[in-house]
Amino acid sequence: MKENLLSLKNISKMYYGNKVLKDISIQVKKGEIHALIGENGAGKSTLMNILFGMPVIHSTGGYEGTIEMEGEQKDIKTPFDAMGMGIGMVHQEFMLIPGFTITENIKLNREITKKNPISRVLGKRLETLDFKSMNADARKALDTLDMNVDEFLPVAGLPVGHMQFIEIAREIDKENIKLLVFDEPTAVLAESEADNLLAAMKKLARKGIGIIFISHRLDEIIKVADRVTVLRDGEHVVTKDTGETDKYEIAQLMVGRKVSIDRVDSDRHLDQNDCILKIRNLEVGMPGERVKGIDLEIRRGEIFGIGGLAGQGKIGIANGLMGVFPARGEVEFNGTPLDLNNPKEAIKSGLSFVSEDRKGVGLLLDESIELNIIFSALQIHNNFLNKIGPFWFKDSHRAKTHAENMIKELDIRCRSGSQRAGSLSGGNQQKVCLARALTLNPKLLLVSEPTRGIDIGAKKLVIDLLLKLNKELGITIVMTSSELAELRSICDQIAIVCEGRIEGILPPDASDADFGLMMSGSYNRKNGLEERRGS
Amino acid sequence: MAELKDKKRYGIRDVIQSVGLPTLIIGVFLIMLLFAGTALGIPLSALLSDTMRRAGMNGILVLAMVPSIQSGTGPNFALPIGIVCGLFGLVLSIEFGFTGVTWFVVAVLLAVIFAVFVGYFYGKLLNAVKGSEMTIATYTGFSIVAFMCLLWLMLPLSHPNMQWFMGKGLRETIQLDAIGGAHILNDFLKFELFGVIIPTGLLMVFFALCLIIWIHSKSKMGISISAGGINPQFSHASGVEINKNRISANIISTILGAVGIIVYSQSYGYAQLYNAPLMMAFPAVAAILIGGATASKAKVSHVIIGVFLFQGLLTTALPVANRVFEGTDLSEIMRMVIQNGIILYALTQVKGGDK
Repeated sequence: MKENLLSLKNISKMYYGNKVLKDISIQVKKGEIHALIGENGAGKSTLMNILFGMPVIHSTGGYEGTIEMEGEQKDIKTPFDAMGMGIGMVHQEFMLIPGFTITENIKLNREITKKNPISRVLGKRLETLDFKSMNADARKALDTLDMNVDEFLPVAGLPVGHMQFIEIAREIDKENIKLLVFDEPTAVLAESEADNLLAAMKKLARKGIGIIFISHRLDEIIKVADRVTVLRDGEHVVTKDTGETDKYEIAQLMVGRKVSIDRVDSDRHLDQNDCILKIRNLEVGMPGERVKGIDLEIRRGEIFGIGGLAGQGKIGIANGLMGVFPARGEVEFNGTPLDLNNPKEAIKSGLSFVSEDRKGVGLLLDESIELNIIFSALQIHNNFLNKIGPFWFKDSHRAKTHAENMIKELDIRCRSGSQRAGSLSGGNQQKVCLARALTLNPKLLLVSEPTRGIDIGAKKLVIDLLLKLNKELGITIVMTSSELAELRSICDQIAIVCEGRIEGILPPDASDADFGLMMSGSYNRKNGLEERRGS
Repeated sequence: MAELKDKKRYGIRDVIQSVGLPTLIIGVFLIMLLFAGTALGIPLSALLSDTMRRAGMNGILVLAMVPSIQSGTGPNFALPIGIVCGLFGLVLSIEFGFTGVTWFVVAVLLAVIFAVFVGYFYGKLLNAVKGSEMTIATYTGFSIVAFMCLLWLMLPLSHPNMQWFMGKGLRETIQLDAIGGAHILNDFLKFELFGVIIPTGLLMVFFALCLIIWIHSKSKMGISISAGGINPQFSHASGVEINKNRISANIISTILGAVGIIVYSQSYGYAQLYNAPLMMAFPAVAAILIGGATASKAKVSHVIIGVFLFQGLLTTALPVANRVFEGTDLSEIMRMVIQNGIILYALTQVKGGDK
């Protein structure tokens, strides 16, 4: 049995009264590849922030529990402490300086220097760089990774896969490196590059370096990791040897939680052929949430869920349809083609959007609740207006009455309609956004992340409200959410988006494993599927 | 006891928050100067008369800041664009031989036509340089003034009241007395109250334009313009055509600049060409900021408060400073310090585009 390199014992962390990590204990052995998996918000990043002594941890009250490195209890207060202990990180976004050569990037701030006459007088900072030995060191690190690229080339212009390797080379060039954290290293790589990276990881592990491998790609985890730890909602679900488990089990563990199906009429009749929205090959250029060609058909009167992990593109779909971000493709709404990249036309044709970015796109924070509710209808449908001479003016009376109705109907907790929208709580702000969308009398309502950043009680209210709108007003709803449980509680069907494409569409009562596999993008690798069905 | 102290400090902070620090400082300073002036034997009525006149004279130029700030392009540092449109209308009207009220009306009409045309292209330019509007605006203003310096010389205008006595081109300063254009607004319904001269016509024009801008800001178009300024993403998602709005707002701003300079010139009695418009944006920007506006939020009330405070300060400071420090040019130095200091202060308060 190999000795323990790192052990995290009973780590807990509170953020503003929310417990985001509960009693996590993980051991990483020397030469082990330990995979860490979980949905967004499961606690992976928080755990890594603790390990690296990031300021965000200590400025929010620190953590509970102990960290031991090679049997010795350590107190990691700053990222420098972590580096000093031999913990290194390979970032998802590359932290390289494009104009510098590979050697310079690898040796940045750890340069090897020679004395010269000026430095003898003015001090160490003016010593000459010893490029010869620096190049030799860089060469050695690159060779360890089987990289045959020349160390004197500039980083700018290298393929993405090479940049990732240079990041790694920089970490392993540090003499005391003992533990390396890979944060979603394969997310940006092509398949062959990813294979090279995994091989390199194995090689490093054989040298006795412990590796924490954060990924949501189940196949990769099964392929390279020795053990896998699953986190869910800040809790340590299980740690297993990869030999004793398979991706179905991991997927199930990752997603699995009690799901309550709130729809009483979930088996009601929907006309399969009556599509209100047909999307063909939609591409959306939303930074960080790119959509790379999807086809979808939404039936009239249903609640359609779009789920998936963060950054995979699910958020981009609604933003693209509404013209908030540039989009391309064919969309047919209510029988007529929809003009993309034109928010005005989209709203006019009967689409309405509640944005995921409530404080940025969703609200005029400094303006009154009333103006926030009527704004879009006033601008697009010319509601609440009186014409005096050449100008259109706001009809204050009608606007006020309407706002008051909405406040009552959606139960927005406020003093009056003239209160600033920014002074409301998150849940009530969300209701103001919904009120504005409803004021447009939409045929189809796009709701993105309706419960993000609002407390649990308010979440339930918002979800119930969506259900009510669908049932009583017959509004078709497309709901995008990172919270799968939420989607499963009210949707008729759920599409899972992975890497900018639809991985598959499932009914809400499909198995946890199916959802987990789809979210990690390994559902459609057929062989696996058949193998499992056979067993 | 400690609690009480806390409460009091909080109160002061609240006052500063609602009135605005620059407004407060300048306001207190102005009152101090007025007291000092009276103590030194300068008649208060003269100071107030001057303040009225100068406020009315500069008011419309300050008002030009409102649409551009509301639309999100920041204070209109390119005010000289509007100003040269106004001056061009003014000299053409003289060239055509109009005098008196007809001259004024024709000048304004021509100026508005030029301003709509030029303002449109200026708005297009601003849409192309989103994020650095204020810098671009400043240099656009400077460039247009330089360009017009050439035109004033080269245009084939030959009315004897404006031509150099020798050679070609227009004079640097055109006397409006000669065409019966000086003080036509100032003298309209002018009356005296306790020794204070009220330039009724001038103030009426200023307040009428204020009213129009205020009404416009309450209209559908005005609401969409200011929403686009406050939160472009929100407005875009709500189907507002932000670029179109920004152009409209800057056309309005340019028109106000053009009308403003004609009103200014008739009150001053002279039209100043060549380099005179170069720095005219800065006192106007300073005035609206003193009135409580920021680089991203402005109301018509800020214009009225600001122009009276700032011009009041300038008119009062000059005689007072001259009495106290005889033989110096202190008041001009003070004007520069206050004017540029206030602009600097306001620019430091600008929050980055993406919050």
